[in-house]
Amino acid sequence: MQALYAQLLVGLINGSFYALLSLGLAVIFGMLNIINFAHGALYMMGAFVAYFLLNLGGINYWWALLIAPVIVGIFGMILERTMLQWLAGLDHLYGLLLTFGIALIVQGVFQNYFGSSGLPYSIPDQLKGGVNLGFMFLPIYRGWVVIFSLVVCLATWFLIEKTQLGAYLRAATENPTLVRAFGINVPRMITLTYGLGVGLAALAGVLSAPINQVRPLMGADLIIVVFAVVVIGGMGSIMGSIITGFALGVIEGLTKYFYPEASNTVVFVLMVVVLLVKPTGLTGRAA
Amino acid sequence: MSALTDDTLPMTPRAMRDEMIVFAVMAALLAVVPFTGIYPFFVMQALCFALLACAFNLLIGYGGLLSFGHAMFLGTAGYVSAHALKVWGLPPELGIVVGTAAAALLGLATGYISIKRQGIYFSMITLALSQLLYFLYLQAPFTHGEDGIQGIPQGHLFGIFDLSKPLVLYYVVLAGFLAGFLLIYRTINSPFGEVLKSIRENEPRAISLGYKTDQYKLLAFILSGTLAGFAGSLKVFVAQNASLTDVHWSMSGEIVLMTLVGGLGTIFGPVVGAFVIIAMQQYLAGFGQWVTVIQGVIFVSCVLLFRRGLVGELAHLLRRSL
Repeated sequence: MQALYAQLLVGLINGSFYALLSLGLAVIFGMLNIINFAHGALYMMGAFVAYFLLNLGGINYWWALLIAPVIVGIFGMILERTMLQWLAGLDHLYGLLLTFGIALIVQGVFQNYFGSSGLPYSIPDQLKGGVNLGFMFLPIYRGWVVIFSLVVCLATWFLIEKTQLGAYLRAATENPTLVRAFGINVPRMITLTYGLGVGLAALAGVLSAPINQVRPLMGADLIIVVFAVVVIGGMGSIMGSIITGFALGVIEGLTKYFYPEASNTVVFVLMVVVLLVKPTGLTGRAA
Repeated sequence: MSALTDDTLPMTPRAMRDEMIVFAVMAALLAVVPFTGIYPFFVMQALCFALLACAFNLLIGYGGLLSFGHAMFLGTAGYVSAHALKVWGLPPELGIVVGTAAAALLGLATGYISIKRQGIYFSMITLALSQLLYFLYLQAPFTHGEDGIQGIPQGHLFGIFDLSKPLVLYYVVLAGFLAGFLLIYRTINSPFGEVLKSIRENEPRAISLGYKTDQYKLLAFILSGTLAGFAGSLKVFVAQNASLTDVHWSMSGEIVLMTLVGGLGTIFGPVVGAFVIIAMQQYLAGFGQWVTVIQGVIFVSCVLLFRRGLVGELAHLLRRSL
């Protein structure tokens, strides 16, 4: 049973990353009509920024948790201002191609300097060790990742669904021209939205640094799984993205326990099943 | 949704004549390659990728469907052909048929699944499906995992043509490429191709006109996958191996890049793009991962500055369709 719980925990952690990343993809898609292929690369950048902050600046994990998403978010906003904004009105696929190119550049540059092996990032002192829950041993850091991710996801949901700013955002998603006519600076909102989505990816990167090591290609395969998650959940609903992300992580964890050979394909297989049974996705409207 | 290309006007006899002239020039140039001192292996490889890119272009350029998983056809046909040649000891022609048929079946299955969603979701689904296959091939025993299938016998095509001779192999690959190219050209200019273009431009309208667009898209997907598989089977004879590289998502990205560089929705663009990208990889091989960075830069600059691609820009300049 110990092993089962351990795999469930790993599943929850992966689910946290799926949720944070698919949430960002959904937010960005809503405003920019772009599927951000660079999301995995920016997730990786988040982890690397945390690594640099610690090893070059002596800045610890807690500050990195705040600073890395901001730095990567600013980088994202520069990308949006200099490149992505010119794609408005063009076919969706150009956004995918452009961000795929950005991902190749970012990953290629990091691979040149850091190869393909992983750099270690140690768990902060306050979160070292573990507690015995009776039925399993819970490493504190892993528990922290799950709970913190959940809080961030719910906060993002609250920001978008329940606040004034979120109302503007949702309105601008539906009808940017009309919202502009009310005197709201929609282009700036688009830039900030991209920054927010990218920041969430970077945050996931920082969280994963002590668990998965810091590697240039850590986001490359992950983003494809997240795409499958997005296809399953649909991008119409924020809460849908969060729930689907966590649920798929758990299912993947269970697969690792019961049938490990299928653990890296189970999400894709589920995607196929969902497409055959309910082509619009679990929460999605037809798109 | 904005149009990808400006070829919505019906085909004029002049355009048809222009294209046939360009095709004849291309075929003649390729036919004399072995006598120019250009490394034939390089050209054969480029021809396989050119056919692959043309097959991919049939979907994106004429059907508006961006498949981000076309490497799965290349890899599947490659593995099946390689296995058939090496383990079953089939002759080359049957090896090609078996590999291409496997790609066609894969096209039927993956096409049926992926056309259930439109636009950007279609791209994500094809990418995810190809990743699924990647992991299957990584674990399946017959692919030999990381090593791949190596040392594939080339044999005698139809019992006559000795494919281990570079010159013979070159003309066989060239013939395969030209046949595939003409089939795609014919498809684009058929009534089927016109319906495909109408789906790209405005799918709801095509549906309202009574076309079962799903069937058209599925057929285009199968055709594209089959031809991509044919390219993969040919490539087995050139490279004499089948490996995981051919199924990896980065390969799918390269196929997209070739077509984008040459020009989406142009007839000759994918061929030019394939030669440019393969040549670039040859010359920059010593730069390691910088090749990836350069590919990324080309992607970005193509999308931002030259959306028509090399051939598309040229055609625009000459006011012709190429």
